[in-house]
Amino acid sequence: MMPELHFPWLEYSILTPALGSILVWWIGDRRSAQNWSIVVCAIALLFALGEWVDFSVLESYEAHDHWDFIAFLFKQDVFVIDELSAPLLPLGALIYLVTVLSTLRTKAGRFSFAWALASESILLATLSCRASWVLVGLLIAATIPPWIEMRRRGRCTRVYTIHMGLFSGLLLIGYSMFQLGRGSETLGLMSGAILSAATLLRSGIFPFHCWTTDLFEKATFGTAMLFLTPLTGAYAVMRLVLPIAPDWALHMIAIVSLFTAVYASGMALVQTEARRFFCYLLLSNASLVLVGLELVTPIGLAGALCVWLSVGLSLTGFGVTLRSIESRIGRVSLNDYHGLYQHMPRFAGFFLLTGLASIGFPGTIGFIAMELLVEGAVEVYPLIGSVVVIASALNGIAVLHAYFRIFTGRRPIAQISLQARFSERISILLLTVLIVGGGLVPGPSIASRYHAAIELGRHREVSESQDSSPLPSDVIKQP
Amino acid sequence: MMDLDGMFYWFGLVVVAAPCGLVAVLGFSALVNLPLSETTISRLTQSAVLMSLLPAIGILLLMIATGRRYVPIEFGDWASIPEVHFHFRWKFIFDRLSVPFAILALVLCGVVGSFTRRYLHREEGYHRFFLLYSLFVAGITISALAGTIETLFFGWELVGLSSALLVAYFHEREHPVRNGQRVWSVYRLADASFLLGALLMHHLTGEGDFGSFVGQGTWPDGSAAISSLNALQIGLLFLLAAAGKSALVPFSGWLPRAMEGPTPSSAVFYGSLSVHLGAYLLLRVNPILEASWQLQIAVVALGLISALFGSIMSRVQSDVKSSLAYASLTQVGIIVAEIGFGFYYLALIHIMGHACLRTLQLLRAPTLLSDYHEMENAIGMRLPDSKDRMAGLLPIGLKRWWYRFGYERGYMDLILDSWIVEPFKLVFQWADRQERRWTDWLSREPSRESDAIEPHRESAERVA
Repeated sequence: MMPELHFPWLEYSILTPALGSILVWWIGDRRSAQNWSIVVCAIALLFALGEWVDFSVLESYEAHDHWDFIAFLFKQDVFVIDELSAPLLPLGALIYLVTVLSTLRTKAGRFSFAWALASESILLATLSCRASWVLVGLLIAATIPPWIEMRRRGRCTRVYTIHMGLFSGLLLIGYSMFQLGRGSETLGLMSGAILSAATLLRSGIFPFHCWTTDLFEKATFGTAMLFLTPLTGAYAVMRLVLPIAPDWALHMIAIVSLFTAVYASGMALVQTEARRFFCYLLLSNASLVLVGLELVTPIGLAGALCVWLSVGLSLTGFGVTLRSIESRIGRVSLNDYHGLYQHMPRFAGFFLLTGLASIGFPGTIGFIAMELLVEGAVEVYPLIGSVVVIASALNGIAVLHAYFRIFTGRRPIAQISLQARFSERISILLLTVLIVGGGLVPGPSIASRYHAAIELGRHREVSESQDSSPLPSDVIKQP
Repeated sequence: MMDLDGMFYWFGLVVVAAPCGLVAVLGFSALVNLPLSETTISRLTQSAVLMSLLPAIGILLLMIATGRRYVPIEFGDWASIPEVHFHFRWKFIFDRLSVPFAILALVLCGVVGSFTRRYLHREEGYHRFFLLYSLFVAGITISALAGTIETLFFGWELVGLSSALLVAYFHEREHPVRNGQRVWSVYRLADASFLLGALLMHHLTGEGDFGSFVGQGTWPDGSAAISSLNALQIGLLFLLAAAGKSALVPFSGWLPRAMEGPTPSSAVFYGSLSVHLGAYLLLRVNPILEASWQLQIAVVALGLISALFGSIMSRVQSDVKSSLAYASLTQVGIIVAEIGFGFYYLALIHIMGHACLRTLQLLRAPTLLSDYHEMENAIGMRLPDSKDRMAGLLPIGLKRWWYRFGYERGYMDLILDSWIVEPFKLVFQWADRQERRWTDWLSREPSRESDAIEPHRESAERVA
């Protein structure tokens, strides 16, 4: 029987932002809305952290909530936490808290706190969900808030709608075929292929990546960032594709992801605007995570899970910094030098730190993670795996290129202070502690992620050996 | 009373920990915006360097007194997954290569730290300089004493970042920043090559530990138990990494550009320490070089070509720092050739002598004209014009060609730009255009708002 958490952490962490969203929508006043959003995000983060600690104490592969209301109603474990999702929930909650915390009041009119909290609720529910119709529904639901925001801002949504429509369609068809085709090899393969296509599209893998840059062009920076930095696409791959796809298919996906990683890092180098640059950097790093996930070796998988956390933290910090700069001076061109160091030295340092952490620089959380990932990739593909190193090198060049363009090269005169505000300083400090702390003491996270990788591999073997077996979450809970 | 091994352990720990502590203190004060006075920064720096240098000298004396040639010190696994044999071990080795190099690095860093105290007095970036300087000292100390390839890579990366940011120290001007970017780009490629070499070494030999890798012998007598072909594969990757780090041909273009940084950093980093780190790597992996004669030939050839190019280019530079940079390249090329020939001790002594000389020359460079005046006043006449007799034998056309070749810095930057950077940019700019066409077509309107963005929106009148 599946172990139970000591407190309904999952339900509370999902319900808190959902109710907060209604409250904030009802309040209306921007200033109060932001304050309430910060409180709600902080509470959601505390619940998510509580879930992680509680789960760690249980020393189990998976657990469901205490007083699981949904399981009681539907006799099915919908919200289940396991080794994969346990640290992702606090990571997701932290991304939202930091983003809300660093939103300038002058931009509060454009960035909807109510929708942000609704998205957070959907994200946390998604991360608490394993392969099921609920997960499919949540993945589709998550695409709606950015769409609404773009419509509200009067931007063209065609690119986003076409891609996300295709994603939703493929997801529905693929999962239906999977449900119908249990026991049939042909249907199983087809459903695997369709689900792979859907999840790769959501992950922004080449050539289905153009919607990501379009989203960054047309939505607010905060919304676009929140939609992509939690790497929900990678989560969908882990839940929907990994358990059913054969090794050769996963290796094919790994190669496509590897190509995307290099392509996106090359594209990041030629971008002339900061948002697009950030988008490609994020895509490149997200693709590297996918490479590791699809290697299906313990070391590769462990590396990918570690990079997932490091990329989530570092690129959130990187994005938050860019967003704060943009809030002060407008969209940032990379065609010329801006020389903002003098006016915002703290942002400059944090920009550099988070950028370097994303490429796995020594002393940051990404260093050992990237070493593991590279080792895993080279183990499976000695030559092709080396491309991971090339992608990382190009990302490193791109990060410093952006740093120099934004913070150096000129001495501009500003009549007002561009320094970080108190709430921004809190965000910076929080993320810095996590990035540097995780870099200096990498042991616990490496051990935890390796254990998760082993367990995921074991469950994959079990589901492969039981050809017609349902996916783990579909197991009906014993009354 | 503490036994000998205990003394080695604690001395070794302090040697490495002192510069890391300096990074932590200066980094923390920058993070929390706690301004430190120039005097405090200077004292902290001097104390850290001294705290690192004295135990290093202590270890040297103990090694001489006890006759031990190899002292490994392990601080345990930083991260490990024993099931898949993944270990990142903090291991440092004190031997005939690492101890002299570490002492040299710390002495030169100490001298330059002391010099900088006055040189950058009341400079806006005083704190920033010393933060980067502390990163460099930590990086070079870790690199010098590294006992595993991963530890060496850790230090190597710190040295690379601090070097690139120090080139761009005067960051309110465009040129230093562009040059910093160039240095960083070359370093990243060198780092990638280093990492690939390290991974290949792991996979082919199962070892990342220098101690195990060189078998029973201590430096420089160890021998690697790998085939000639494997040694060639690993060695070429390390040679490429060394070429990037030591500005050997075809990467020499970054060396004079690195002189855009403040004189103290030029002196200690590009003139004396950073530029020798590639050669140090080759010395450290000398068993690999000895396992393949083809690799040795490649090392010698690269060293001699670099020395020749450096010699030509240093003669025609129009500023003293560039001239010294290329003179450094000449000597580094010769050092690399010496390593290729197997003269390891000679190469080590050459590194030490050259590093000291070049530091002195670069620190004196800003006052060169004044020094010349003093010398001329002292001897009561103009300094004799030095003429190269051999040059007189060459035909005028050839001399002009060589002059132009040297002045254009061997066209190396041009070649790298037109053969690597430009094609790279063209390919990805083309891809960017195709993406634009695709999203425009899907949107049925121009899809990029970012096209309308003007540079310098941060100008005073626009900031909101």
